Amino acid sequence: MSHWPLLSLVTFLPLVGVGFIMTARGDDATVARNARNIALSTSIIVFVLSIALWVEFDPATAAFQFVERVRWITVGGFTITYHMGIDGISLFFVLLSTLLTVICVGASWTNVHAQVREYMISFLVLETMMVGIFSSLDFVQFYVFFEGVLIPMFLIIGVWGGPRRVYAAFKFFLFTLLGSVLSLLAILTIYYQTGSTDITVALAHTFPAHLQKWLFLAFLASFAVKVPMWPVHTWLPDAHVEAPTAGSVILAGVLLKMGGYGFIRFSLPMFPLASAYFTPLMFALSAIAVIYTSFVALAQTDMKKLIAYSSIAHMGFVTMGLFALNSEAVQGAMIQMLSHGLVSAALFLIVGVVYDRLHTRDINRYGGLADTMPAYGFVFMCMMLASVGLPGTSGFVGEFLILLGTFRVSTLECFLAATALFLGAMYMLYLYRRVVFGTITRDDLRGLLDLNLREKAVFAPLLALVLWMGVYPSSFLTPIRASVDHLVQQVHAAQQAAANDTVIPAQAGIRASTARKPDEWVPAFAGMTMRNGG
Amino acid sequence: MPTVPLPDLSPALPEMALAAAAMALLLLGVFRGEGSTRLVSWLAVAALLGTLVLAGLFEGERHVVSFNGMFVTDAFAVFVKVLVLIGSAVSIILSLNYGEEHGIARFEFPVLVLLATTGMMVMVSANDLITLYLGLEMQSLALYVVASFDRDSVRSTEAGLKYFVLGALASGMLLYGASLIYGYTGTTSFGAFAHLFAGAGKPSDGLVIGLVLVAVGLAFKVSAVPFHMWTPDVYEGAPTPVSAFFSVAPKIAAIALFVRLLVEPFGGLFAEWQQLIIFLSVASMVLGAIAAIAQTNIKRLMAYSSIGHVGYALIGLAAATPAGIRGVLVYMAIYLFMNLGTWAVILCMRREGRMLEGISDLSGLGRTQPGLALALGIFMFALAGIPPTAGFFGKLYIFLAAIQANLVGLAVIGVVTSVVGAFYYLRIVKVMYFDEPGAAFDHPIAAELKWVLVVAAVLTMFFILLPDPIIGGAEAAAASLFAP
Repeated sequence: MSHWPLLSLVTFLPLVGVGFIMTARGDDATVARNARNIALSTSIIVFVLSIALWVEFDPATAAFQFVERVRWITVGGFTITYHMGIDGISLFFVLLSTLLTVICVGASWTNVHAQVREYMISFLVLETMMVGIFSSLDFVQFYVFFEGVLIPMFLIIGVWGGPRRVYAAFKFFLFTLLGSVLSLLAILTIYYQTGSTDITVALAHTFPAHLQKWLFLAFLASFAVKVPMWPVHTWLPDAHVEAPTAGSVILAGVLLKMGGYGFIRFSLPMFPLASAYFTPLMFALSAIAVIYTSFVALAQTDMKKLIAYSSIAHMGFVTMGLFALNSEAVQGAMIQMLSHGLVSAALFLIVGVVYDRLHTRDINRYGGLADTMPAYGFVFMCMMLASVGLPGTSGFVGEFLILLGTFRVSTLECFLAATALFLGAMYMLYLYRRVVFGTITRDDLRGLLDLNLREKAVFAPLLALVLWMGVYPSSFLTPIRASVDHLVQQVHAAQQAAANDTVIPAQAGIRASTARKPDEWVPAFAGMTMRNGG
Repeated sequence: MPTVPLPDLSPALPEMALAAAAMALLLLGVFRGEGSTRLVSWLAVAALLGTLVLAGLFEGERHVVSFNGMFVTDAFAVFVKVLVLIGSAVSIILSLNYGEEHGIARFEFPVLVLLATTGMMVMVSANDLITLYLGLEMQSLALYVVASFDRDSVRSTEAGLKYFVLGALASGMLLYGASLIYGYTGTTSFGAFAHLFAGAGKPSDGLVIGLVLVAVGLAFKVSAVPFHMWTPDVYEGAPTPVSAFFSVAPKIAAIALFVRLLVEPFGGLFAEWQQLIIFLSVASMVLGAIAAIAQTNIKRLMAYSSIGHVGYALIGLAAATPAGIRGVLVYMAIYLFMNLGTWAVILCMRREGRMLEGISDLSGLGRTQPGLALALGIFMFALAGIPPTAGFFGKLYIFLAAIQANLVGLAVIGVVTSVVGAFYYLRIVKVMYFDEPGAAFDHPIAAELKWVLVVAAVLTMFFILLPDPIIGGAEAAAASLFAP
């Protein structure tokens, strides 16, 4: 099995589906039906293949697995390799992408009427790009996928979106493009530093301390927009509100994770000194994001917007956990990203269900759905509670680990984040109360149909996974652990080495002492490593 | 009487063949009369392709000099000549139908294009200020006529006149600069310059002024800001296939000339001219990005777009390293086919036999003509430099060189303006896909146009799968400029 190019197959099989869809001929209805069927079967095959990745994955090692290398640009000094591979950090993101694509195709079965063929093509292309991002081990290749993802998403928001779709699509595209072009320059700088565009080479390279800061900032520009971190989050509510339901699902489920993935794959291991240096900044931005967007979410009357702001808050937890930089917090951040990928995807689908029926997302238009739509109310409740972080759901595991890890680093940060948990419970429960409980006051709500079989089939896997991850997180933590531990140790070792570096005491000494100043904001890394090791 | 030995003609064989073909076709056209345009055009395309083969024969050559050192053929010249010849040939193909439908199908057009192309090839191979000027003027004179080829149209004649007046001014400056350089050095030979300035200290002021004036003249030809004013008007006014021709072949040739002039003979004065190129580059990128936003006419939009692209190409020249020149060449090669493809789409914008130029005329093209819209979409994302299209690789190699040469500030300005520029390219995608459909364009698209479109779109989209030939060619070409 291991000499099969399984990873490439998962990545590019959706494009084969695109080819089939393009050949569909006939009247509009036939083409639409064929497009739906081909898209669904392609995405299911891809998902099954990606399950094989999980089954074959060796959780004992932090090394990259399913590695494929083919020479791509071979002439000149600037040689680029097509290099694929996944480790514990990227494995579940690949699975998340392939799963959510199936869900999206299923969720768009009946509510997309215009240009179904193009719609399905966009989603399959999007799938290729997403899987490509998480399994690229070459910078240029990564960047091609990372920026290429903008094209299908731009079209999805712009063509099938709501009334302000043009504004939202442009804002989404230009915000993220501005961030990512700066990271392109950082990638080129890394190339001149290491002599290769290979990510594994860069991971093993020690960059000079002053350069690390610049590179960190360039990557930050890119990933902060994607996450999104306050204050560059403003594209997200617009994009979410205007995107079609499935577009929001992918946006919240996978695209936001690209930012977190970027931090954990590039920023932390490659620029350990800069990461330590900027930890206070990252903590501050995370705390602001968590608290501020929670308050903003409280004030929303549009369901999608509320969930969009809650996404920003949840991703604030993720960045906080990543920069707490100990094994618990980083694992927690990973679980939190996966959990958020499932939960927010489900919540957007939940909004989509009632939007399909009543064509409004205004919270005040709803109420008392528990009577007419009991199954809907149940799914909504589970996902709402998972979003709040109730024990037994995936949200709890992630948030608990993050808070645990952060507490060891900074009690203040942990305290600030914990207040947001409380706010999170407020806005989600408040939303649930207004939509599902209460008495039915409008006639059109009385006649609402509950979830049909297709919708149940869409929610079932999400619900199962959320509970699985909440009740028995080890299935997910085990493959992640080796890679995360390796990462944390590597970062701490690099920081330690810089602190001990007596060759250039004038510069390195000052930097190391600021980085390790034992105030409440900055972790005392030395002790941490020892405890983690034990 | 001393006998002058005949110089070795072989390096100039492609140029001579093309010139001979142009004259032969002129005779053929005159004898066969007005009805022979299509025949002459196809023969001209054949002549260009034949010349391409001839030029390709010199591919392996590192540095062949002839005509007493006034003419040079090297890998750099061959690479650029191939691009120019392709650009000219495609432009003639694009003009076939347009000419017939607008009553300007005259056999002089392909002949003039051939003559202009001959001039461009001489420019690219120039190894002496005199050769440079001869090539440049031969190209320009043919282009002045071509710009006003639709002689009964006020817009076209205005475009031609404007181009002529400003072009003559630029030629004048260039000539004045060249004479200053000659005055201060006593030679016009590139080889002698290179020898003179290698390791030299601070050059005299007169020489620097001369160099600046020559650079200004060339900046006019490549339409770099602030010498770009003619471009939008000429692109808008000239017949569309002529605008397409202007945006590729002469521009590529002029940039190549710029590169050779500054890198080879004046390489020693790098410190003097680098700031000038950086200024031209920044100004072109910024203006190209910002001024295009407000355009409603797609031909004007493409003019500003081309100004912006020259700005990016000049980043590579500002680096003045082998990597930088490779970047310029890769950029121009990719620019060639994405730009020709875009112009082919613009030529398809016809309703009831009338050409349309408004961006809003494209509205809903994604639904009325999905194939055409897909092609234009690919070209727009490519021009914006979004991967996985070819346009991204053009920018990648440029920024790679900028980072290597420590021009980080220039690279940052470059990427930021590329985001601003992405806005107006996206606007076209938006009009095509997000807006409600208007009336469809005329069906069917002429066969030649369709072929150009398909080939350009495939090359732009799938460059990523096989990038080696172009990048390898550019690499060898750039290396030949720096060969001792």
